[in-house]
Amino acid sequence: MSPTEFERVFSAPQTPESSPTPGAPPGSGVPGPAEVLLLVERVSKHFGAIVALHEVTLWARRGEITAIVGDNGAGKSTLIKCISGLHSPSSGRLFFEGKEVHFASPQEARQAGIETVYQNLAMIEDLTVWQNLFLNRERVKRLGPLAILDRRTMRREALRMLRQFEVHLPSIHARLRQLSGGQRQAIAIARAASWGSRLLIMDEPTAALGVRETRRVEELILRLRDQGLAILLISHNFEQVLRLSQQVWVMRSGRVVGGRRTNETTSDELVAMITGVKSDE
Amino acid sequence: MEQSNTSVTALPVQAERLSWRERLSDPEFWINWTAVIALAVLIIIFGIASPAFLSFGNIRAVLVAAALLVILTVGQTFVILTGGIDLSLASTMTWAGVVLGQVVAHGGPIGLACLSAIVAGLLVGLINGLLVAWGRIPDFIATLGTLSAASGAALIFSNGEPVTLVSTFLLQLATGSLGPLPYFVLIALLVVLLGHFLLFYTRFGTHLLATGGDAEAARAMGIRTAGIKLAAYLLAGGLAGLAAILFTARIGAAEPAVDTSYLLNSVAAVVLGGVSLFGGRGTIAGPAAGALLLTVLVNGLTLLGLSQFYQPVVVGLAVVLAALLVRYWR
Repeated sequence: MSPTEFERVFSAPQTPESSPTPGAPPGSGVPGPAEVLLLVERVSKHFGAIVALHEVTLWARRGEITAIVGDNGAGKSTLIKCISGLHSPSSGRLFFEGKEVHFASPQEARQAGIETVYQNLAMIEDLTVWQNLFLNRERVKRLGPLAILDRRTMRREALRMLRQFEVHLPSIHARLRQLSGGQRQAIAIARAASWGSRLLIMDEPTAALGVRETRRVEELILRLRDQGLAILLISHNFEQVLRLSQQVWVMRSGRVVGGRRTNETTSDELVAMITGVKSDE
Repeated sequence: MEQSNTSVTALPVQAERLSWRERLSDPEFWINWTAVIALAVLIIIFGIASPAFLSFGNIRAVLVAAALLVILTVGQTFVILTGGIDLSLASTMTWAGVVLGQVVAHGGPIGLACLSAIVAGLLVGLINGLLVAWGRIPDFIATLGTLSAASGAALIFSNGEPVTLVSTFLLQLATGSLGPLPYFVLIALLVVLLGHFLLFYTRFGTHLLATGGDAEAARAMGIRTAGIKLAAYLLAGGLAGLAAILFTARIGAAEPAVDTSYLLNSVAAVVLGGVSLFGGRGTIAGPAAGALLLTVLVNGLTLLGLSQFYQPVVVGLAVVLAALLVRYWR
């Protein structure tokens, strides 16, 4: 699809049913505007003379898991940093929930409803589970200049958060360093999913995990989708992408070289696109 | 990362606190309580070896002597919990004491003089904090600089001369008591309780532990780590100012020469108290017990007639031993 065509699709009057737009290229499945939660439109990012992203256009539908695959250095991380507010794009536009957005910081993206689970999880090993769940979102009572922790409420809500997503842990009072990698990942995901977020970005959520823990985390990701959350998943693992996602975007050297509905593609086709043997362009 | 595959499939998440058995099997528990346990052991040994040790007069003297170090140690603990270190602490105390003396020498009221001491301490804390948090200078270097600058400023301000202070307020502070509690002990106790409250019951405390534990993760969650570090140095500076008031009250003079043993002992007490020098984990009660332990050690050895030349050696041994224990446990 070309960007101009995309603009035409999105400026078209909204239809009540959210079926794919008639006449869309086969395979890429251009959705109707009501279906799209996040739209990245011709976003480029330069670091000095280096072009990290070149006119990237892709989207994520509501209630779906959208995967981005590509080799190291393909621009996946730069792209999610642009979406989560860590970088601002050099050019191009971001639309979230139908409105154009500009995020100057991760805080602003978070307020808009975009949460990111970073690869290093952004959790503190020496703090307890409930303290990490509420890190920088502490429930407090004000006493003059002091913000006094409302520990009882936080512990109760922490328990509710973890039970809602069926995360299994020995205790919310456990310190993070006492937990396994899979448990930590589950806590990080539960935290990100708990604050009224609409889109969850996950960067290689199972890269450091064993087979069994990977399965647990995948189950959690599917549960979140079933609860209505949209997920943007960065993964190296094709099996996982095919298992979990409904839409796949393939990136190579800073560009999107193809997009597929997951049930219309194969592992072999994805590899071919990543390595440049095949592309939509 | 995969050590506990079995526990993943364990029970759903529990609301209950960890059981006592689980807590006792956590090395962290023993690290936090090292100083308290060692303190109890020392008290028993000295109590048996020297009957004078457990006399009311001696206990009171030890507590009063420990008060100053306890206050400095609480300040040092906050800084070390952020992953830094404040080497300027003893110099800041001296400098703040000189400011106090000069205000009195120029006819200022004692209340203003005490306030000036605390402001003088906060000022050094502010400089330390700005250098570390915004200047991005390593803590060690920044506070080494202010250590030197503050002790120099103390000499310049006082012309190198001690100022004798005749003040009923300071005399009362040094010798008076509220019921059985000498004012010094009361102040130190308050500082410890407030420090504990600040660290474990306020948002600031959680953010301080997060900053020291993993600054990058804390920043990713939107915590302003530079502000937290600045606040920790301000706290340390302010407490050094408070300690300066007690110090001048005790010796009855504003003395421009720095007693570096306070700096070394404050760091030693923090280590004995089980605080990680990398930041992020520790307590306030532990280092306070560590400060008390060091004072008891010196007091007991003096009562037993050990030459005071040996005392620094014993203190050094105790600190290194504690550090080795902590390393072994973790």
